[in-house]
Amino acid sequence: MKVIVCIKQVPDTKGGVKFNPDGTLDRGAMLAIMNPDDKAGLEAALRLKDQYGAEVTVLTMGLPKAADVLREALAMGADKGILVTDRVLGGADTWATSTTIAGAIRNLEYDLIITGRQAIDGDTAQVGPQIAEHLGIPVISYAQEIKVDGDKVIVKRQYDDRYHMLEAKMPCLITALSELNDPRYMTPGGIFDAVNADITTWGRADLKDVDDANLGLAGSPTKIAKASDKVRKGAGEKVVPDTPEDAVKYIIGKLDEKHVI
Amino acid sequence: MQNIEEYKGVFVFAQQVDNEVSGIAYELLGKARDLAEPLNAQVTAVLIGSGVKGLCDKLAEYGADRVIVVDDPELKEYRTEPYAHALSSVINEYKPEIMLVGATAIGRDLGPTVSARVATGLTADCTVLNIGDFPLQPIPGKEDEQKHNQLLMTRPAFGGNTIATIACPNNRPQMATVRPGVMQKIEPKKGAKAEIIEYNPGFTPNNRYVEIKEVVKAVSDVKDIMDAKILVSGGRGVGSPENFKILEELAAAIGGQVSCSRAVVDSGWKPKEMQVGQTGKTVRPNVYFAIGISGAIQHVAGMEESDIIIAINKDEDAPIFDVADYGVVGDLNKIVPELTKQILAAKEAKGA
Repeated sequence: MKVIVCIKQVPDTKGGVKFNPDGTLDRGAMLAIMNPDDKAGLEAALRLKDQYGAEVTVLTMGLPKAADVLREALAMGADKGILVTDRVLGGADTWATSTTIAGAIRNLEYDLIITGRQAIDGDTAQVGPQIAEHLGIPVISYAQEIKVDGDKVIVKRQYDDRYHMLEAKMPCLITALSELNDPRYMTPGGIFDAVNADITTWGRADLKDVDDANLGLAGSPTKIAKASDKVRKGAGEKVVPDTPEDAVKYIIGKLDEKHVI
Repeated sequence: MQNIEEYKGVFVFAQQVDNEVSGIAYELLGKARDLAEPLNAQVTAVLIGSGVKGLCDKLAEYGADRVIVVDDPELKEYRTEPYAHALSSVINEYKPEIMLVGATAIGRDLGPTVSARVATGLTADCTVLNIGDFPLQPIPGKEDEQKHNQLLMTRPAFGGNTIATIACPNNRPQMATVRPGVMQKIEPKKGAKAEIIEYNPGFTPNNRYVEIKEVVKAVSDVKDIMDAKILVSGGRGVGSPENFKILEELAAAIGGQVSCSRAVVDSGWKPKEMQVGQTGKTVRPNVYFAIGISGAIQHVAGMEESDIIIAINKDEDAPIFDVADYGVVGDLNKIVPELTKQILAAKEAKGA
């Protein structure tokens, strides 16, 4: 069984977001990490490796430094890492990104593709389903549980007020929720091997059956008209009352002033 | 290449579950009416399901001029493939200028699949939609390249830290998923009627149809926190699931409902449907009590539009105080029960 896991390197927002003096996001000051939903997807794939001896390939698209998350994945137990990087692929929206990744995947054999539900920088949840669409395979998004049964995969799919147990014939694509599992740590031996492991690097020329018109910034149907850091309304009053009674008096006063009570 | 001039009208995916129209469908219709006005366009609801024709009048009351119904037994429960086939066939046949889909667990699956199939852009989780120019300002010397009457889609990214306005100038339809709880529905017009078109593109199961083995509905009598006027929201600082009792008592006294942060859901203290925030629900009540909630950016993104935010936290440096209108530093275990007592007393005094 062959599993491809698509992962993304994202800035870490945990433990505080850093801002520049002018109020813009200081991306350079934040650590780059493997996107949490993707890591859960990787863990799901590694469990299939433990159970069925699946071969796990991790694939990422990004700047050359995105190779770091591939090495992390290798240190966790993935077998092979592929980095798709090329200047002409930069600035891609979800359409152009999914077109690129599908073009890379067409070079590979697979039974299952796993992506995270969404990345914490863009939060779109679009790339996974769009890759499946480009490849003409079924997609099951928001997976909470994944089981393999012969040539079929059985997935618990979460909705707002219910879940479905879905069965799909492979090949198929699944998008993973971070609730799916607790990803394992890298092993010391794995880290040692990963440092020197070969990472396959592909550029535009290695993508199969894709049109230049659908790649990069120019090939993105959506265009950014304006981007800014969110202006928040800012802090109001803060009081440190001496006693709980004073605290309550303060709150009641405000509720009364605003005609809530 | 598409002839984008052929694409007309504002379309809304009228999500239904168990043959009941989801609230988001009415919200999208309300927004679609706003967008249709400057475009001088019709508002069309696309209703997909099995045995759903009876829902058309409701959609008319909430602002649909026209309803396109795709009714087929294959469409009984939501599945990506037959629904994506239904919606993309409607788009290819009726050519909307704008296609809005709710950013629900269904819409965030359907939207990307359909946008890839009809080869257009999709902007996720929008919170503001306008009609305007792209680029926003004309480029000197290239004034005639500025496009007018474009859908401008604004969305938060980076867990709510940044905000971007996005256009889709060269492809149609201009597609967006829209965050539930943000757009306003219109006051329903009793007795309003819409033009009804029945359309069936035909459904032939292929490799992309997955099989539903089981449907398990969450048994819940909890009212939707998105409808609450007052929310009493608890975080990890509440300490234990049992201690939520003091929040429930406060909510009962003030006529509100209890909600919570992600940490509380992750700890298994409260169900997911009570979660406020980026991965939970967006709420905008009149009053939001943030009790023992530190105020991670992902939480704030889901509640910062509340009219009044009152925070109670023992940590003076908690980021929740950066967004609270009224912040109280202190012990919630002492303040909350006392607050409940005083509110009940105040109510009694007013009633007497």
